[in-house]
Amino acid sequence: MSKPLGLVNRILPFSAVDGPGNRFVIFLQGCNFNCVNCHNPQTIGVCDVCGICVEECPGEALQIKASGTEIEWNKSRCLRCDNCIKVCPSDSNPHSQWLDVDFVLEKIRRSASFLSGVTVSGGEATQQPEFLRELFHSIKTDSALNHLSTMIDTNGSAEISIWKSLLPFTDGAMVDLKAFDNQIHQKLTGNSNSQVLQSIQHLQKAERLFEVRLLIIPDLNDHDLMLQQTANWLCQLSNNIRIKLIGFRNHGVRPEYSDFLEATPERLDEIRELFQGFGIQEIKVI
Amino acid sequence: MSLKQIQQKIRQIINNPQLSYRQRMHYLAAQAESLLEPPPISDSLQIAIEQQVICDMHEGPAPHRPRYLLPDYPKAIKQGSDYLELDPPNNLVEALNFLMILYTQTPSITGYPVYLGDLDKVLAPFVDEVSDAQLNLQLRLFWQMIDRVLPDAFVHTNLGPEDTRIGRAIFQLERELNQTVPNITLKVDPQITPNSFLEEAVKTVFVVAKPHFVNHPMMCADLGEQYGVVSCYNSLKAGGGSHTLVRLNLKEAVKQHQGNSSSFINETLEKYVRLTLELMEARIRYLVEDSCFFEHNFLAQEGLVSLDRFSAMFGIYGLAEAVKLLMEAQGSLAKYGHDAEANQLSYQITDRIAALVKEIPLPYCEGNDGFAFLHSQSGIDLDLDVTAGTRIPIGEEPELYEHIFAVAPHHHKFSSGVSDIFHFDDTVKRNPQAVVDVIKGGLAQGMRDFTFNLASNDFIRITGYLVRKSDVVRLEKESSRYNSTVLGAGSEKNQGVTKRNLKRVMSHEQTPRLG
Repeated sequence: MSKPLGLVNRILPFSAVDGPGNRFVIFLQGCNFNCVNCHNPQTIGVCDVCGICVEECPGEALQIKASGTEIEWNKSRCLRCDNCIKVCPSDSNPHSQWLDVDFVLEKIRRSASFLSGVTVSGGEATQQPEFLRELFHSIKTDSALNHLSTMIDTNGSAEISIWKSLLPFTDGAMVDLKAFDNQIHQKLTGNSNSQVLQSIQHLQKAERLFEVRLLIIPDLNDHDLMLQQTANWLCQLSNNIRIKLIGFRNHGVRPEYSDFLEATPERLDEIRELFQGFGIQEIKVI
Repeated sequence: MSLKQIQQKIRQIINNPQLSYRQRMHYLAAQAESLLEPPPISDSLQIAIEQQVICDMHEGPAPHRPRYLLPDYPKAIKQGSDYLELDPPNNLVEALNFLMILYTQTPSITGYPVYLGDLDKVLAPFVDEVSDAQLNLQLRLFWQMIDRVLPDAFVHTNLGPEDTRIGRAIFQLERELNQTVPNITLKVDPQITPNSFLEEAVKTVFVVAKPHFVNHPMMCADLGEQYGVVSCYNSLKAGGGSHTLVRLNLKEAVKQHQGNSSSFINETLEKYVRLTLELMEARIRYLVEDSCFFEHNFLAQEGLVSLDRFSAMFGIYGLAEAVKLLMEAQGSLAKYGHDAEANQLSYQITDRIAALVKEIPLPYCEGNDGFAFLHSQSGIDLDLDVTAGTRIPIGEEPELYEHIFAVAPHHHKFSSGVSDIFHFDDTVKRNPQAVVDVIKGGLAQGMRDFTFNLASNDFIRITGYLVRKSDVVRLEKESSRYNSTVLGAGSEKNQGVTKRNLKRVMSHEQTPRLG
């Protein structure tokens, strides 16, 4: 039986910002949310081989494969100008590649002695559950790799059945909660938050919730009342829940959202105090 | 040199507004020594020195103290000192006072002690009865005293591998005081040193670019349990030291070579290794037999150092350029750090040097069974266009792990020290465990010494010693800071760096002579 392929946007063999310790990070291509704050919008869409980037590439580094199902990227010709990303009508890019699990495992193996673990991010990692499951299963059953912790960086939209299939090989998930209020969540992500809240609950019960990440965009999702509701809900889930407050930064976001206000350190401090008031101890502010 | 020229040199020192009184004294003494005839050497060695293939580190023609001297401080604390008229200390205050006095009487090539002892162990007998507040106050005063009385960036203390109250207090103090002196090495044994203590050390690096991290099990296997890391990246036996350090410039050696890489390794290299050892022997004999240091100095008389724990350091540098030139000669552009073929050649070169150094005995080197210690020398600021030791040239470093994979196979060969410096971006500040992971991974790959720095903190590591950025004026741009291998006499910019160093804190070893 052939192992599933993953559509991989990028691999980072060293990262200090994707979970505990030093981590090998795999960014998968494709996300089912469409968040206004997305810093990597070119990871949202999956390429439909429209060919526009091929036409627009000044280095002639791109061509449609003979199969017609994929775009081939000639790295040695690439000028790294990212024009392909700018012209893509689908928030995708031609640099993502279909990789098999063994290929990724070999890369992890080479880095293993320097790592605390592996994080799969995105895009949305849980959009490719077969690949994710096979990768984590392989890590946990390989004696040279099973010291590595396996983490998922997720928007929380996966169905409970998907979590159930992943959790036996997953040490933790870092879940984004863009807004506790469903209407605001809809506005920020284009989707309802009901599955996100269920995922957080499920992961907490299964003791696999590493942290909840709360995005703070001034005037959009930082109203005290909603934050109080958020804090109340989270502290009822668990009294030692770990949260990370992430102030909105407009770096890298799409032009139509770049005039949103950035969260000030003072406002983030106030919000930290608000959450502390609910007995939440572990709060990181970024 | 005519009398007039000598007088001019002396006036240049005396009237130099950038030198403190003590710094003037130091250079005046070096100037006086430089008037002497060096120990006799062969014509071929003389030529190799003139061709800059072999360099005596400007130690001076008449060695009258060992280059590096590591007193046995625990022993001194137990027995006191007749010469210093001091009884063994009974408490922390007395111990710190005792040590400070002993430091000022401990010579080295820099005029300052290069080793302050493993202070967590040296002070261990005195701390149990002291409160945290008292410990912090006493250590703070002691630390200020060290920095102000011994203002040389090569003054060095060691901690670890155990997690101790003193070790934690010192890291805390370091982060608060922001001092250049002392330099610090943390001995790391993954079986003994807990992650939380390593994280304390890493957080300290974020602020003051120290400590260095060394592979304690590897050091113990080569040097025994009683060793110290001194000056910059020099690992030697405690209670002993190194008579001298002479270094072989592999780049210049290749330039003198006619032929391919295998004839370089089999013939030219052997010739220059032998000549380097000849210079070391001449200098060692002068130190031991003519200046009679070990007969006259109280440290030797009182058994705080003993000759049988001494050896001498055989340094190499310019490996990267040597490999590049040899590859080019055979029509290849392969580079050390990037291509397997070039890396293999680099390992063959250091293998051959290590084998030769273990075959050719030196006198008064019982500290290493009668042979020199091999050392990957991290440069002096007179060096121009040549990379320190076995490092990958600055600006050409590959991705982090590939960098480690390339350099690590050299490390086990250099028992008296080897260094590679890694730069991390500021994102690691929020995640010190990530750096701990990389350090442990590096040691597991066979690295002996691991040094890292952040791009953003106030300290600059020129070749291994520290300079405070706020002490440095007119720094051009970020990238120029790391051009440490080209801190050469001919470069206006880099001479600037040398001059800027001449503040209260000096780096005498790295600046052995003026201009």
